[in-house]
Amino acid sequence: MFKKNLKKTCVYIILIFFSLLFLAPFFWLLTTSVKGPEEVFLFPPKWIPTTWHFENFMKAWNLQPFNLFLKNSLIVVVLSTIGQVFSSSLVAFGFARFEFRGRNFLFMIVLATMMIPWDVTMIPLYMQFNFLGWINTLKPLIVPSYFGSAFFIFLLRQFLMGIPKDLDEAAKIDGANAFQIYWKIYLPLMKPALVLISVFNILGTWNDYLGPLIFLNDQRKYTLSLGLSQFKGMNGVDTTSMMAITTLICLPPLIMFFLAQKHIIDGVSSTGLKG
Amino acid sequence: MDISLDIKKRKRKKISIFKIKRDTLVPYLFIMPWILGFFFFTLGPLLFSLVISFFDWPIIGNPTFIGLANYKEMFFEDPQFWKSLGITAKFAGIFVPLNISVALILALLLNNNVKGSGIFKTLFYMPSVISGVALAMIWGWVYSDEYGILNYFLSTIGIQGPNWLGDPNWATFAMVFASVWGQGTMMLIFLAGLKNIPKELYEAADIDGANVVSKFMYITLPMLSPTILFNVITSIIGAFQQLSLALLLTGGGPVGSTYFYAMYVYDNAFKYFKMGYSAANAWFMFLIILSLTLLVFKSSSMWVFYESEATIKKKKG
Repeated sequence: MFKKNLKKTCVYIILIFFSLLFLAPFFWLLTTSVKGPEEVFLFPPKWIPTTWHFENFMKAWNLQPFNLFLKNSLIVVVLSTIGQVFSSSLVAFGFARFEFRGRNFLFMIVLATMMIPWDVTMIPLYMQFNFLGWINTLKPLIVPSYFGSAFFIFLLRQFLMGIPKDLDEAAKIDGANAFQIYWKIYLPLMKPALVLISVFNILGTWNDYLGPLIFLNDQRKYTLSLGLSQFKGMNGVDTTSMMAITTLICLPPLIMFFLAQKHIIDGVSSTGLKG
Repeated sequence: MDISLDIKKRKRKKISIFKIKRDTLVPYLFIMPWILGFFFFTLGPLLFSLVISFFDWPIIGNPTFIGLANYKEMFFEDPQFWKSLGITAKFAGIFVPLNISVALILALLLNNNVKGSGIFKTLFYMPSVISGVALAMIWGWVYSDEYGILNYFLSTIGIQGPNWLGDPNWATFAMVFASVWGQGTMMLIFLAGLKNIPKELYEAADIDGANVVSKFMYITLPMLSPTILFNVITSIIGAFQQLSLALLLTGGGPVGSTYFYAMYVYDNAFKYFKMGYSAANAWFMFLIILSLTLLVFKSSSMWVFYESEATIKKKKG
């Protein structure tokens, strides 16, 4: 019994040690963003600022057109998530509920596309979007979402495979066609899985850096992540403002994670992938 | 038994043929968005990129076909190509084992039926939901030579911390640590894998008087090997595609010590506008990733243990 308790205690001590290690950078971020200029550059560092300068957030936000960046980010997040929800669920339904020639082969290809490094398609995509006149617009960040994403299709198909087929047999007898079955029966049933892919997609698009970096060049089109990355170059020494903006950008994903953590953690564990 | 199986198969086939006749087009209509997307955003660009790699393709002006010249230049005339490849290999060589070990250790600790494991899980996964830009900003400040928190911690135990991002010997390690911090996904995958190991195995081992180490070596590791395989492959792919940290934290420096392969590809395309050359670089990277994945898969028969296989073998024997 004593030995067991000792083991448990050791486990807790190590877990707490790792937790502090994982939390320290966040803490460092938060405390720096509310420090006054005289306390930022101190060694040894001051953990808790003597006065809390919450006005740092407002000040930093107004240094750059962050309102505009926020608007652009929101446009991309909302429109691309709507696209993913409908297109991925439609495709997943097709793969899960029909038997057709080449189905398994095509599904293998869906899975295989997840392995292709982004760097290989980056240049042709740039040229393609350039040809369409989409460079420096938000379209390259939105339009592809309307064609489904391999990971989301995979996730939704897994979910659909778990639903018994009795429902659509009954609906078929009532004379509903395939699209009506998808729209009226399965779309509402898929709600938990659709929430999960929405969360993944919101996180992915909100955090995306390379897409905006390559496809946007006019500052007025920047998303928040890109805006923050350029902010570094312009305000090399203004650490407080940088940390304040970083805190603000981290808040929505973190809040969303806390609200949906059970779904996210279960989703990641069961599929082994992140959006 | 074989015959009945055959009949079943035939029956199933008949049904599916019947279905195809009845609604031949409908399923394809459902998956149409993906088919179109696949051609426009994946297969098309993938093949186009191969074509581009045989051209001298400036961003403005006409492309000229130059055959294998881009590949020749890459292998024989461009020292930066080999250098960047080496830097990425070094990064992968440190990142993959460290990442796997940290994730595995955390998962093993959390698998101990600890109270509040949900809270710990949340804490360890938190860094994985923030953006790469934010992660770079945070670590840039953590690593600050004079005022950074890391060197402060080191100084409290009497170590004079290096200039993490400014010293070519340490910059790669700095990148590795920052990357490992943001990799909670692997921990969750390991945890799911651990939960799938049947409890009876450990109970039997307890009866035999096995200790913790031998239980880990003879039960946990073999049973977890498919998960390890998956995580190793994903880590390797991740290491090769590491770009945003290099762009944001060090810009490839100091003295080119973190000029990763992915950054080299990116610069050739969007800084020097050598689209053809960059496409050749990217295809080479694609082939490396593909062959590494295949290699790990091939080797997996030697060290990966699949439960289903074992039961089949048992039944045969």
